Amino acid sequence: MKYVDAAQVQKKMGTRLLANKLAKNLFFLSTLFGLIVLVILIYRVVAQSIGWIDADFIFNKLSTDPEKAGIMGAILGTLWLMAVVAPVTMVLGVGTAIYLEEYAKKSRLQGFIQTNISNLAGVPSVVFGILGLTVFARALDLGSVVLAGGLTMALLVLPVVVVASQEAIRAVPQYLREASYGMGATKWQTIKNIVLPASLPGILTGVILALSRAIGETAPLVVIGIPALLIPLPDGVLDKFTILPVQVYYWTTDSALVAEYANLAAATIVILLIVLFAMNSVAILIRNKFQKRF
Amino acid sequence: MAVLTMTETKGKLAEEQEFSQAEKKIVYGTKDLNLWYGGDQALKNINLDIYENEVTAIIGPSGCGKSTYIKTLNRMVELIPVVRVSGEILYRERNILDRSYKVEDLRTNVGMVFQKPNPFPKSIYENVAYGPKIHGIRDKKILNEIVEKSLRGAAIWDEVKDRLNENAYGLSGGQQQRLCIARALAIEPDVILMDEPTSALDPISTLKVEELVQELKKDISIIIVTHNMQQAARISDRTAFFLNGEVVEYTNTNSIFSNPSDKRTEDYITGRFG
Ligand SMILES: Nc1ncnc2c1ncn2[C@@H]1O[C@H](COP(=O)(O)OP(=O)(O)OP(=O)(O)O)[C@@H](O)[C@H]1O
Ligand SMILES: [Mg+2]
Repeated sequence: MKYVDAAQVQKKMGTRLLANKLAKNLFFLSTLFGLIVLVILIYRVVAQSIGWIDADFIFNKLSTDPEKAGIMGAILGTLWLMAVVAPVTMVLGVGTAIYLEEYAKKSRLQGFIQTNISNLAGVPSVVFGILGLTVFARALDLGSVVLAGGLTMALLVLPVVVVASQEAIRAVPQYLREASYGMGATKWQTIKNIVLPASLPGILTGVILALSRAIGETAPLVVIGIPALLIPLPDGVLDKFTILPVQVYYWTTDSALVAEYANLAAATIVILLIVLFAMNSVAILIRNKFQKRF
Repeated sequence: MAVLTMTETKGKLAEEQEFSQAEKKIVYGTKDLNLWYGGDQALKNINLDIYENEVTAIIGPSGCGKSTYIKTLNRMVELIPVVRVSGEILYRERNILDRSYKVEDLRTNVGMVFQKPNPFPKSIYENVAYGPKIHGIRDKKILNEIVEKSLRGAAIWDEVKDRLNENAYGLSGGQQQRLCIARALAIEPDVILMDEPTSALDPISTLKVEELVQELKKDISIIIVTHNMQQAARISDRTAFFLNGEVVEYTNTNSIFSNPSDKRTEDYITGRFG
């Protein structure tokens, strides 16, 4: 007796093929949805910003007059912020990752820290703002300056760097460490000469992705108290500052009062997108260029 | 015991004499070594003396503890957290299992070559210069000399002398393995541990490594794990047969292959020869 009845199989064939086709189209539609929304978004922003992006817009200081207003202050503020966030996250993030991967392996403490880093990644950014406000701006009495914002932002993106660096370090084959230890190298020499160079591309990619996130965050800095209208340009980490997304936020809020502010916001978004795109490209370039063969 | 005839006695004596003739020095003395991976005992009461300027082969079926033993000799097993060890391993008369023995110190004297070639993703030059640099040699001229001497020592100089700055990953498997030997030689070790160094190589590369081992033993002592009976017979002076974490038989290579005293050794050797 045959278990597979040809007639039965034929009867079911139609439904099976239909379900197959249906699945494919469903997944295509899901993809399309996201894509369409993105296109509409970019189209609207670009359309609104047309005619507003020029040298004046980029190099002028902020002004209440839409015709004169420029975003040099926000650009410099963003750069200063990155100048704090990049080294702080890099040192703390890579340091933590090295500790967890190379030293604390398999201990209870490691499990505890690991869980908390994952938890930290899920904490809403506004909460980091409150932390920054209480600790850096108030308790350390820094005020709402670049340093306070930068430290807050650094904490916010720290989990990203830690996790990316951990993965990069874990991907370094054990036999390379063994080869180094086998020659009498200490742990630190092995980390410095073998593990870090081999995991650098992954670590840098993580750092740049973290910076891309930091550059677009608004909430924590608004909480810290970035002024809505700041005209002087910042020229140090102890100056008050504003950044591109916060500028977008205030112009959008005020566009009810002055209609042109909406165009300024759109133009700023375009600049921000260009910066983001550039940073992601750098991340990809680094990854491709320095990727080592193992 | 039956009385030996005159000639037999003479023959035995001559053989023994020849074997222990030069009063060879012991490099490694292993005393009652036991090792556990968690609850599983991988080495049981190992007692083994390894002699200077000899090639000592370690043979035995898969999983019998060969790698574990050789990795205990430079304390590489410590990288595995669950490992527990008891007993003594005397290297040049000092117990390396003693807490006060610095493992970096030990590994500066005892080099290791692994089963799979594992060069660093660096240039050929940097691979060989790695060890000396680790130990603080910075002088370019000295480093150059060490690199050349080590590469010559590993019989690979002629093949790579024009491409020292190229990445080591561009070499063939056999060349990579000889580079790894050169890398180990660069710290001028007293002993080199080799764990199946030719198992990933083609016959010609294998032959080159074997010749190299013969050459090297003039200056250093070599302990080599191998699955290849012919290889053990060809290149080693003494052979230890491991089984289930124990040393079944340990004697000079000629007698273990021509006249094994333990039935299990005989079974293993003949099984392999087919
Ligand atoms: N990291 C480890 N954790 C737990 N057990 C291990 C570990 N490494 C080896 N063992 C066990 O110890 C025993 C000896 O292993 P070992 O690698 O020394 O064998 P071997 O003689 O080198 O075998 P092969 O010829 O296959 O390389 C085996 O039973 C193995 O399962
Ligand atoms: Mg093995």
